[in-house]
Amino acid sequence: MPPAYCLMPIMFTFVRTLFRNLSRKPATRTYPFTQREPFANFRGHLTIDPAVCIYCGICAKRCPANALVVAKSPKSWTLDPYKCILCSYCVEACPKKCMTMRPEHQRKDA
Amino acid sequence: MTRQTIIPFGPQHPVLPEPIQLKLVLEDKKVVGAIPSIGYIHRGLEKLAQQKDYIQSIFLIERICGICSFLHSMAYCQGIEEMMNVEVPPRANNLRIIWAEMHRIHSHLLWMGLLADSFGFESLFMEIWRCRETVLDIMEETAGGRVMLGVCTVGGVRRDIPPELIKKVLATCDELQAHFDHFIPSILNDYSVKQRTVGVGVLTKEVALERGVVGPVARASGVVMDHRVAKYGAYANFDVEPQIEQDGDCYARSKVRVRELYQSLDLVRQSVATLPEGEFNIPVKGNPDGEVISRVEQPRGEVLYYLRGNGSKFLDRMRVRTPTFANLPGLLAMIPGCELSDVPVIILSIDPCISCTER
Ligand code: SF4
Ligand code: SF4
Repeated sequence: MPPAYCLMPIMFTFVRTLFRNLSRKPATRTYPFTQREPFANFRGHLTIDPAVCIYCGICAKRCPANALVVAKSPKSWTLDPYKCILCSYCVEACPKKCMTMRPEHQRKDA
Repeated sequence: MTRQTIIPFGPQHPVLPEPIQLKLVLEDKKVVGAIPSIGYIHRGLEKLAQQKDYIQSIFLIERICGICSFLHSMAYCQGIEEMMNVEVPPRANNLRIIWAEMHRIHSHLLWMGLLADSFGFESLFMEIWRCRETVLDIMEETAGGRVMLGVCTVGGVRRDIPPELIKKVLATCDELQAHFDHFIPSILNDYSVKQRTVGVGVLTKEVALERGVVGPVARASGVVMDHRVAKYGAYANFDVEPQIEQDGDCYARSKVRVRELYQSLDLVRQSVATLPEGEFNIPVKGNPDGEVISRVEQPRGEVLYYLRGNGSKFLDRMRVRTPTFANLPGLLAMIPGCELSDVPVIILSIDPCISCTER
């Protein structure tokens, strides 16, 4: 054990840290009541505008996770959100640019 | 002769973030040997990568590791680019370095928090992980993902960092530096930290060379080995000084990583300062053909990718040698002779990433 006078600087650091922590806001948020604004570039969830889509199936072919199934007749575009890894590769590949990657997470009530 | 007991350590253990089992051979409280058994989280990713085309594989390969994901995709893309003779635009190379070094920072911070946790220093663990959030946030803002960035691609990167975000990256570097200056002295000079790490799990230089360890584990034993000095990608423009320590114990490994935190901040700043204008991505035509070995320095050491193409969009073979795989023999040399209570600290000191190892 070091002698008592050696502990003095440690004590000062300790007291300083104590006061700083008392005067500081918590680092965490009370999620889900307080939510941070999503960053604009964040890949949160994938949506499609069915009016623009031509059901060409390019997105489904490119998808690395096989999360998309596209059929020409009857026209359908299905995303399995549990398979999707949110890579945005389909969004870049789409010739009609009808898909968008939204920056927020998909919520149940949305 | 003292009676020997074998106790299983893992695969589920509070200090282990990922499953690995070590059967510890004990004589009283002294550990005299360790028998590893891995294979709990083998996912068959190498085989799966041969069934996806070479661009789709990037997203898969990123998921080999949940910590240094960007560096995996970077190593893979570098290999494919070499095979296809693609010259990556200089801006893309610099952007890759920014993200790669940010990954190193977040990985080392994650490790440091876990180390603090492994010897029961909970408040330090929380302090460090709070700081890590800063890095994750800036990665999310620039790349769109917190850990799975998904920005590296063959021929460059998929996203640019616009000037206003570049400013934010620099501001984050300053913020991180202030955080580091705040908590790093309490790691390196703390009495209790030293008690738990100095002289524990010593790996001498000879054994380190013999067992072929890589990364900070090798550097802490005095082996000058850092693949970044080989100047791949934009590292050609920077001088990276390998951080060396001689003692080879857990404390030395911590010191090496702490110094690398500052070094990575420096590299991010340099990379931003020399960021060339221009395109960040070039279109790639054709399919990979040939055989290539691509190496990249990850936070845990050097990763090695072996890629063989056959002229079609599917690869013939992909093989990964991850740094933890190379460090496990070193770990087995560190454990004999230590106390049972030191085993968690020693295991964490090599910064094991079992998911990478088993792929
Ligand atoms: S690529 Fe675009 S247009 Fe074609 S099916 Fe997919 S969403 Fe529709
Ligand atoms: S974001 Fe990626 S994983 Fe999800 S549907 Fe599109 S291509 Fe498939």
